[in-house]
Amino acid sequence: MTAVLPALPVLLPALGAGVPLLRLSRPVTRGLGVGVLAGVVGCGAALLVLADRHGPQTLRVGGWPAPLGITLVADRLSALLLTVSALVALAVLLFAVGQGVAEERRSSAVVFHPAYLVLVTGMSLAFLTGDLFNLFVAFEVMLAASYVLITLDGDENRTRAGMTYTIVSLTSSLLFLSLVALVYAATGTVTLAQLGARLAELPDGLRSALALLLLSVLGIKAAIVPLHFWLPDSYPTAPAPITAVFAALLTKVGVYALLRTQTLLFPRTGVWILLACTAIITMIVGILGALVQDDLNRLLSFTLVGHIGFMLFGLALFDTRGLTGTILYVVHHIVVQAALFLVAGLAVFRTETAALHRMAGRPRPGPLVVTLFVLPALSLSGVPPFSGFVAKLALLEAAVAQGTPAAYALAGTALLTSLLTLYAMTRVWTAAFMGRPPDRREAGPESPPGVGGDRPRGTRLMLAATAGMAATGVAVAVCAGPLARIGERAAEDLLHPREYRSAVLEGGER
Amino acid sequence: MNTIDVTMALVIGGLFAVGFFLMLQRSLMRIVLGFILLGHGTNLLLLVAGGTPGRPPVPDGRIDDPAGTADPLPQAMALTAIVITFGLTAFLMALAYRSWRMTGHDEVRDDVEDRRIGTVRERAEAGSAADRETGGTAPGGER
Repeated sequence: MTAVLPALPVLLPALGAGVPLLRLSRPVTRGLGVGVLAGVVGCGAALLVLADRHGPQTLRVGGWPAPLGITLVADRLSALLLTVSALVALAVLLFAVGQGVAEERRSSAVVFHPAYLVLVTGMSLAFLTGDLFNLFVAFEVMLAASYVLITLDGDENRTRAGMTYTIVSLTSSLLFLSLVALVYAATGTVTLAQLGARLAELPDGLRSALALLLLSVLGIKAAIVPLHFWLPDSYPTAPAPITAVFAALLTKVGVYALLRTQTLLFPRTGVWILLACTAIITMIVGILGALVQDDLNRLLSFTLVGHIGFMLFGLALFDTRGLTGTILYVVHHIVVQAALFLVAGLAVFRTETAALHRMAGRPRPGPLVVTLFVLPALSLSGVPPFSGFVAKLALLEAAVAQGTPAAYALAGTALLTSLLTLYAMTRVWTAAFMGRPPDRREAGPESPPGVGGDRPRGTRLMLAATAGMAATGVAVAVCAGPLARIGERAAEDLLHPREYRSAVLEGGER
Repeated sequence: MNTIDVTMALVIGGLFAVGFFLMLQRSLMRIVLGFILLGHGTNLLLLVAGGTPGRPPVPDGRIDDPAGTADPLPQAMALTAIVITFGLTAFLMALAYRSWRMTGHDEVRDDVEDRRIGTVRERAEAGSAADRETGGTAPGGER
């Protein structure tokens, strides 16, 4: 059973994606999606425990040994991120079912669930693969599903945004493919475990050209400034749950790929100045963009871009503490960003507008929604004792411990960005949730007509999913101790990948 | 490390250049064509990554020296990549068609919100100028 465990997170959703095409009844399709995702969460958790106790878990697909065949590897980092991502995907699916995005029309019901499960398949494969070409395939599987989801039942605006998103992603995919070709031509292998040693033998110029191409390819996918333009343009047009899953997962898979490839293929010592500068620019541009936005979803998309900078912060430091901080930040951000987008979805659903200046004039979306907004918003800004504080503290400690000017510059920018995030969140708070309707005061307590009243069950499910996400965010803060220890061990693995290499190439100890 | 002959380098470089040029146009059809050319360029690049041409893909009898045969891995990767680019091209065509059906033309349009934020200052200046011209009570215009 443990031998096939690394394959299950990929196989389960892939098989589950095919079943709804049989045109089963709606409850069966929904139940299937939820069951499959719960299964993936279970597999991820099991893999995390096994990888933490016994080292990386490997599976040779088709029985071919490593340099020839594809190997799936689950080490601490990939298992941890897989579990958290699958959990978020599950909550978002519940929200989508509650909101009825999935079944607006009969045609979209047949498409939504398979596309969603294919997205999860690609995500799991990207986390687990030990092969550069297979990483490209995983990205393609994931992105192809996302192209379908973002343009599903689209109106004019969504089609326009979907077109931008699709073309930008496709261009980056083709560049990724060129990178794979160039790497293969230069080294004769695409197995990540083998590439590190082979790339080290190449001339310096060629090596840094490949590293830069890889950085820009994954930079587009992870929305690093100046390659972020597509993100705030396209994400907000999609329905709330789809935006939430994109924001929480797609960019983080890019960050994961960046972490994995840069540490395994291009190890270095000391601060990586280029990435440090990019991280600073990303934080500043993202958060300043968020300050001027009027559309709630757009504002959150810009904060997402800004906070990608925090994840680059740790990678730029390139030591154990920095990488620990990055891993904690990714885990925290996946959960919190999903929760924020879901709350934004609830607020938009209740007030029927996403524009902050209009939202102020509508009845308040209800005390529960407001509470659910406050928790992740404070967490995102890094106010103690929430998860954002823990992750930011780890990053700042890493910067101070390193003590170079670049590290201090990063730490200063991070603090400034946190403050500005708090300001942006306060703006949303006062405009959207605290603004009182001037002439309809009595309409406040009860839900607005025709919105909450029509589908009480669906709304309850949406609320439950959002509350689950907010509670997970709090749980991340509560479990910060064990999480930080796992993160530290995962960071050690990243910097000293001997165990990873032997597990992939020699079969390692099982 | 594999080397590449000049003809292939020129062909691939040309495909990339033309592909990127077309992708920078405003017409959706040209963007789709650009993507197709770029895809061809990338697939060719994958193929030449396998080494010099002319070696047999399937040798007669036992393989004593694998260096004498063609490398099968880049070919497998190119096949996968061709399938992926083919499928995505079809999707892109469908999307461009839908965009054309909805808008009646195939231009990439500006984003409304971007345009709004980009012109906030101009609009404010134009507004205050208009106030001064009409002799408004509040010159400088608190808007």
